[in-house]
Amino acid sequence: MTADTPRPTPALDPAGRPTLPRGVRLKHDELRGGWVLLAPERLLKLDAVSVEVLKRCTGEASLDAIVDDLAAAFAAPRERIAADVDAMLGGLVAKRLVDMR
Amino acid sequence: MSAPAPVPPPSLPAPIGLLAELTHRCPLGCPYCSNPLELDGREGELGTDDWRRVFSQAAALGVMQVHLSGGEPAARRDLVDMVAHCAAVGLYTNLITSGIGLTPKLVAALSEAGLDHVQLSIQDADEDSADRIAGYRGASARKREVAAEVVRAGLPLTVNAVIHRANVSRAGAVLERAIAWGARRVEIAHAQYYGWARRNRAALMPTRAEAVAAIGEIERLKAAHAGTIVVDHVIPDYHARYPKACMGGWGRRLINVTPTGRVLPCHAAESIPGLEFWTVRDRALGDIWADSPAFRAYRGTDWMVEPCRSCPRKGVDFGGCRCQALALTGDARNADPVCHLSPFHDRVDTIVLAETEGPAAAYAYRGRSPADASIDRS
Repeated sequence: MTADTPRPTPALDPAGRPTLPRGVRLKHDELRGGWVLLAPERLLKLDAVSVEVLKRCTGEASLDAIVDDLAAAFAAPRERIAADVDAMLGGLVAKRLVDMR
Repeated sequence: MSAPAPVPPPSLPAPIGLLAELTHRCPLGCPYCSNPLELDGREGELGTDDWRRVFSQAAALGVMQVHLSGGEPAARRDLVDMVAHCAAVGLYTNLITSGIGLTPKLVAALSEAGLDHVQLSIQDADEDSADRIAGYRGASARKREVAAEVVRAGLPLTVNAVIHRANVSRAGAVLERAIAWGARRVEIAHAQYYGWARRNRAALMPTRAEAVAAIGEIERLKAAHAGTIVVDHVIPDYHARYPKACMGGWGRRLINVTPTGRVLPCHAAESIPGLEFWTVRDRALGDIWADSPAFRAYRGTDWMVEPCRSCPRKGVDFGGCRCQALALTGDARNADPVCHLSPFHDRVDTIVLAETEGPAAAYAYRGRSPADASIDRS
């Protein structure tokens, strides 16, 4: 009865600038290793790719610029990076853990 | 083999969260309060330095988030100090408050000290009813102001409400009020019957039909407002099929420290007789987490009896809640009887039917004698 109702995640605006709102923090977990996203009553363990994306969500860079940067840094096809980043950030926007400026 | 090698400790997970009950003092008297029936007095409370030491030890132990709770945490004059200390040692701070005593100046100071998040309780969407539930006239109006001050300070706001007989028909209106107040998150939790809620169960328990209607309403609104507000919906376990993994498993993720420094695996653990609790006045938090008899009593799955012992879900829900097992079956090792596999499961139905027939009983407000049941406390 508590299952989330699935709903389509709209594609994010490529010109929008993603940022972590107050109350959502990236933190390195010294004891267990790895990075976590701390949020109200939430603690998400992050994989390496998510960390690279979220470190770039400073409110300065546009989504487009972040994808460019990641495609260059990881020498990966831009379309694939764009799709992955959109899906990941779209999920966090829906959970109100990332804001788009 | 010559000298026996020391046995390595079985992989003991580090705790991730610490609930700091800074005080049991609170201006409100909510009949479902999670504090124990025996409230700690101010004279026995830990001092600022004690709490600083606890927070430093918690951070070193692996705790990531601290929930500053009570009672009403704003009743402590050193609240800003504590938030600043937590921030300094890298802990995420969540203030769990009634809002009463949270002045605009204090909200600003807490924000400045690095507070991460505010969780503000409301009792109902109808303000008269809310004040009656809290036992405090004017509480609702004050909470409305506090919500605005929190949002103005730039702090993320969660509104939380406990759902029970008096407000079950307005669960959806509570959620809409949270949106109107600018909350990013709302927690709608049906009452859990421990402590004060156990004492007031006959006054609090809604009928099954009322609970089901409220659950449906919240799930509809949750979908309708997705992206605007995050809804955490805790359904009443008396109507569930499987129990909740209470505290994410006993001694597995969370630590609770009482106002006087006793360290509990869950806030209701003192209702289980025979458990030995250690205190932060005598020992380091890490030693208590690893070795305190109370933490070891129900950690893992070795203590289980049937039907839990052979259940494939034993590592999922850890047998549910020990306190509820004790309260309804007389033995804390039994499966939580809300589980449909429990041989005592029919007792849950019996209680729901017996206690939801006829008019609701009067509330026993915490912290006051029955003769002092007036709500004019302001």
